[in-house]
Amino acid sequence: MSTVTKIKKGLDIKLIGEAEKTIKDLVTDQFAIKPTDFIGVFPKLLVKEGDTVKAGTPIFKDKYRDNIVFSSQVSGKIKEIKRGAKRVLLEIKIEADGKDEAIDFKAEDPKTLDREKIIQKLLDSGVWPFIRQRPYSVIANPADNPKAIFISTFDTAPLAPDNDLIVHGHGEAFQTGIDALSKLTNGKIHLNIDANATHSKVFTNSKGVQINQFSGPHPAGNVGVQINKIDPLNKGEVIWYLYPQDVLAIGRLFATGRYDASRVVALTGSEVLRPAYYKTKIGAAIEPLVKGNVSDTEKRFISGNVLTGTKIDLDGYMSFYHTQATVIPEGNYYELFGWALPGFNKFSVSKSFPSFLFKNKKYRLDTNYHGGERALVMTGEYEKVFPFDIYPMQLIKAIIVEDIDLMENLGIYEVDEEDFALCEVIDTSKTNIQEIIRRGLDLMRKEMS
Amino acid sequence: MKALREFVDKQKPHFEKGGRFEKLHSTFDAFETFLFVPNKVTTSGAHIRDAIDMKRTMIIVVLALIPPLLFGIWNVGYQHFLSHGMTPDFWPMIGFGLLKVLPIIIVSYVTGLAIEFAFAQARGHEVNEGFLVSGMLIPLVMPPDVPLWMVAVATAFAVIIGKEVFGGTGMNILNPALTARAFLFFAYPSEMSGDSVWIAEKADAFSGATPLGQLLVLDTDKLPTDWSMFLGTIPGSIGETSTIAILLGAIVLVATGIGSFRIMASVVAGGLVMGLLFNLWGANEYMNIPAYQHLIMGGFAFGTVYMATDPVSASQTNRGKLFYGFLIGFIAVLIRVFNPAYPEGMMLAILLMNVFAPLIDHYVIQSNVKKRLKRAKAVAA
Repeated sequence: MSTVTKIKKGLDIKLIGEAEKTIKDLVTDQFAIKPTDFIGVFPKLLVKEGDTVKAGTPIFKDKYRDNIVFSSQVSGKIKEIKRGAKRVLLEIKIEADGKDEAIDFKAEDPKTLDREKIIQKLLDSGVWPFIRQRPYSVIANPADNPKAIFISTFDTAPLAPDNDLIVHGHGEAFQTGIDALSKLTNGKIHLNIDANATHSKVFTNSKGVQINQFSGPHPAGNVGVQINKIDPLNKGEVIWYLYPQDVLAIGRLFATGRYDASRVVALTGSEVLRPAYYKTKIGAAIEPLVKGNVSDTEKRFISGNVLTGTKIDLDGYMSFYHTQATVIPEGNYYELFGWALPGFNKFSVSKSFPSFLFKNKKYRLDTNYHGGERALVMTGEYEKVFPFDIYPMQLIKAIIVEDIDLMENLGIYEVDEEDFALCEVIDTSKTNIQEIIRRGLDLMRKEMS
Repeated sequence: MKALREFVDKQKPHFEKGGRFEKLHSTFDAFETFLFVPNKVTTSGAHIRDAIDMKRTMIIVVLALIPPLLFGIWNVGYQHFLSHGMTPDFWPMIGFGLLKVLPIIIVSYVTGLAIEFAFAQARGHEVNEGFLVSGMLIPLVMPPDVPLWMVAVATAFAVIIGKEVFGGTGMNILNPALTARAFLFFAYPSEMSGDSVWIAEKADAFSGATPLGQLLVLDTDKLPTDWSMFLGTIPGSIGETSTIAILLGAIVLVATGIGSFRIMASVVAGGLVMGLLFNLWGANEYMNIPAYQHLIMGGFAFGTVYMATDPVSASQTNRGKLFYGFLIGFIAVLIRVFNPAYPEGMMLAILLMNVFAPLIDHYVIQSNVKKRLKRAKAVAA
């Protein structure tokens, strides 16, 4: 097989609460679609409260790209349309009726279809939003012809789910998905695997892809890092990317003609009593997922991982793209002389705490900032966990002063918020770096359109 | 702890907006966060954060300054009694040293922190911890006999002109502690140089010249032994004399990763290279001294470990740090040997390179930008 790309810079944060490798069925009839999961989408509602929907019924579309629709993941009834400040659409709650009815988009072999037909089918069924693009991490533009498609089959974030387990037994659907995707680009499909941990034949026996091996700490599994090492983005270029369960959904659409939003979710984190995998559908309610399975402390529920996930309430729902839920303790406590004491139990990459002596210790980390926000003083910190050929501090400062040319020159097209998550974690000045990067990406997208 | 927390919580409303002491909010916040790490939790971005913060970082630098400080206190006493031909016990020397050094430290902290608190309040910021380090660095680069009012004036100058006018912590171009030193050096040269200022209440008959002072007049044979220069039992600024104490501090800074090893190593390399070049040239006796002696004389070691490594005024890119450090060492030795007006070149070399650090970074970053443009062009062609 191909050579291994070694990622040297990065950091694996070891946390308590890894999911046990068993997949259980989650019984719930509560689901939602959250328009806020889709960056840059202005939702235009297509349903009302009380409407009956099937799996695949369009729920809303993007006002500015109205061929992109977002479909119901289950058959049932629109229970509530929740809006926030300024009438922003937050959640469209759907109560499943258990009948499992679905709109038939016709089962077809993607090999026999041309590019237009495939794209049309993906758009009609609401499966298209699974395909996202770099730069900007927004839903791909069907009119683009990407220079390549990237699929990262492994996740290196803390407590990340094991995709080998998730795709087990779904080899056919995965290959069908790849076949469909291969019609969408003139370039290659890069299937990126972990050189040491990926063993699933579903991935390694895939046809019509280039398999690239990676090794090293987080963020080696981030698609942005993989693009940077294999086929870096230049100004004006577009790459599309997906994750394994997204490919499965595409494969199942072509195999069965249905929008099948099945999703295996890893329930993880130190506050989960029995962390495990659950089979459910996209946008499942979090409460039935964690019921009777979490500790009594004050908790933070996260859709996604601790680095990039979204904070949700107990009555919240999983986000569209997330395959992991994490529960950790809240950190709203004061700590007397916390900055001065030795701090044997504290997690830090800096060697100013003794914890660096215990490399394999697993931590129960909370959401406390561990300090106040300060000016950007320290230098050379981010570089240790940022495996791009990009100057992170300088890029951040360019974004803060909104210098478009400088941002472009420093490589903003090649990065995403998630690539800066580790920088944010280890930052002495407690700056919210991901927020800054998102601001920069949004600004660039506005300038370029 | 609980009672203390309750007390703080009870006082807090008075300092919030609309409270009686609203104008002291930043001051209150500084004291509160000194006692307690705040209960603030993450809301966006990464949900977990590293335990390190600015207070932790700065306190470690202050810890690293303790060895030269303690040695300095002893040495002030030792040099004083030596000049009078006396050899008292350990404690009287410490006692005399404390009497001289402690007031300088207090003046430096009180002046600097008062200004910092005022600026933080005016800007509506939290108080930055940077001055905890600057406030200790300033006394350590002062001659032991420096009048206290000068310390106050220099500190105020450094904090206001050196730091706050640029926007405060993280924005300054020059190292604040060295700005204070340079201000005194140029404003009050008679108190800051010559042979009489390096020993506190020196006996008149005793020569108080520093090694650099002796070299300037090419008195190479009067130079102290390498060993005493390494140990630091020589006249000089309070904290700069003992290379070994400074090395201890360097170990703390490098081991914790808070001081940049890149900068320290490249400053030393720069100093050695210039020293060796002078050896090759060998036009006078000063040029002929072994290159390593430059490292143990004057403020070279102190500047290398504590001043050049200031992350705000140094180069910010890893490659830039190498150039920046090397040039500091190189220029420091150059100034020492060539310029009769300035016996010590370290302060000026660091300040000069502080000014050039952004330029160095600019070229380092441009090479990255060019690489990116070239890649884009190769694809387009």
